[in-house]
Amino acid sequence: MAKFKKKIAGGTPAISTASLPDIVFMLLFFFMVTTTIRDASLKVKVVTPNATEIQKLEKKTLVSYIYVGPPANASLKATFGTEPRIQLNDAYATIADIAEFVEQERDARDEAEKMKITTSLKIDKDTKMGLVTDIKQELRKQNALKINYSTKKGNLEASK
Amino acid sequence: MSKKQKRGVPEINAGSMADIAFLLLIFFIVATTMDVDSGILTQLPPMPPDEEQEPPPDINERNVLTVLVNSRDQLLVEGEWTDVTQLRAQTKEFIVNPQGKLDLPESPTKAVVSLQNDRGTSYNAYIQVQNELKAAYNEVRNEESRKKYGKKYDDLNPDQQKDIKAMYPVKISEAEPKDIGAK
Repeated sequence: MAKFKKKIAGGTPAISTASLPDIVFMLLFFFMVTTTIRDASLKVKVVTPNATEIQKLEKKTLVSYIYVGPPANASLKATFGTEPRIQLNDAYATIADIAEFVEQERDARDEAEKMKITTSLKIDKDTKMGLVTDIKQELRKQNALKINYSTKKGNLEASK
Repeated sequence: MSKKQKRGVPEINAGSMADIAFLLLIFFIVATTMDVDSGILTQLPPMPPDEEQEPPPDINERNVLTVLVNSRDQLLVEGEWTDVTQLRAQTKEFIVNPQGKLDLPESPTKAVVSLQNDRGTSYNAYIQVQNELKAAYNEVRNEESRKKYGKKYDDLNPDQQKDIKAMYPVKISEAEPKDIGAK
């Protein structure tokens, strides 16, 4: 009987939470290593087309992004219309701004890496090629020749 | 005095450490993205140094595969209407020319794919065409490296890859787009 009494008096033993910080830190480091910081909030809606012959972009620090697509939400649509727009960094831009953007991206990199920058074009699949060609011409003028057409992996779908 | 020495440095309470770590963790989960960016990598041709256009290099008609895409995303390959699903096979035949036809290239190194689209072509159609052309080249390279080295192109060592690359160089020339659809 004495044994039982003792147990009741002790209650449930407290679970040690001393290792909780370690577990959480482990998770934290995992996320820090596997992810990248989202650099721009998107003001354009981009649904990239599907493709099968895709390659992964290796060095994320050497990639600069150009977004093209129709304005993302209703209030932006009311101001800017529904035509596809270009987004550089955080704001809408025009073709003429691309030169400055490329220059900025180069300034942010080391001397040795300046020419290795890949420009990733995240373009909505319903965009017309006229705009895309203008961007490509501008990039050629700035000698930013490595480009990546951002696509999802998947089977080809018929364009409407 | 002796009492103080016995106690030593007081222990720091680490109970809130978990909270701090959780805070950081949540910040990183919210502020970051996991998706790896992938896509079709290409190299643009450099801008010609002068404004004046030099005459285009003289290429024999048989060495060129003309691919046209109009503003309705329809495909014209070598003057004939085709579907995008047939483009891959057609391009492969063009590159390799297995029967030694006289209207197909003399050798794969001379083959050039000329791609022209309209300003009204949709980006989706353009990517599909690019994808099929690239797929054709990849398949041809894979077949050749299987024949020669018994391995897939991706598994070859850099020297072998260079060898295959030299045999089947990807030459896709993009002409300035036309603007017919807009009129």
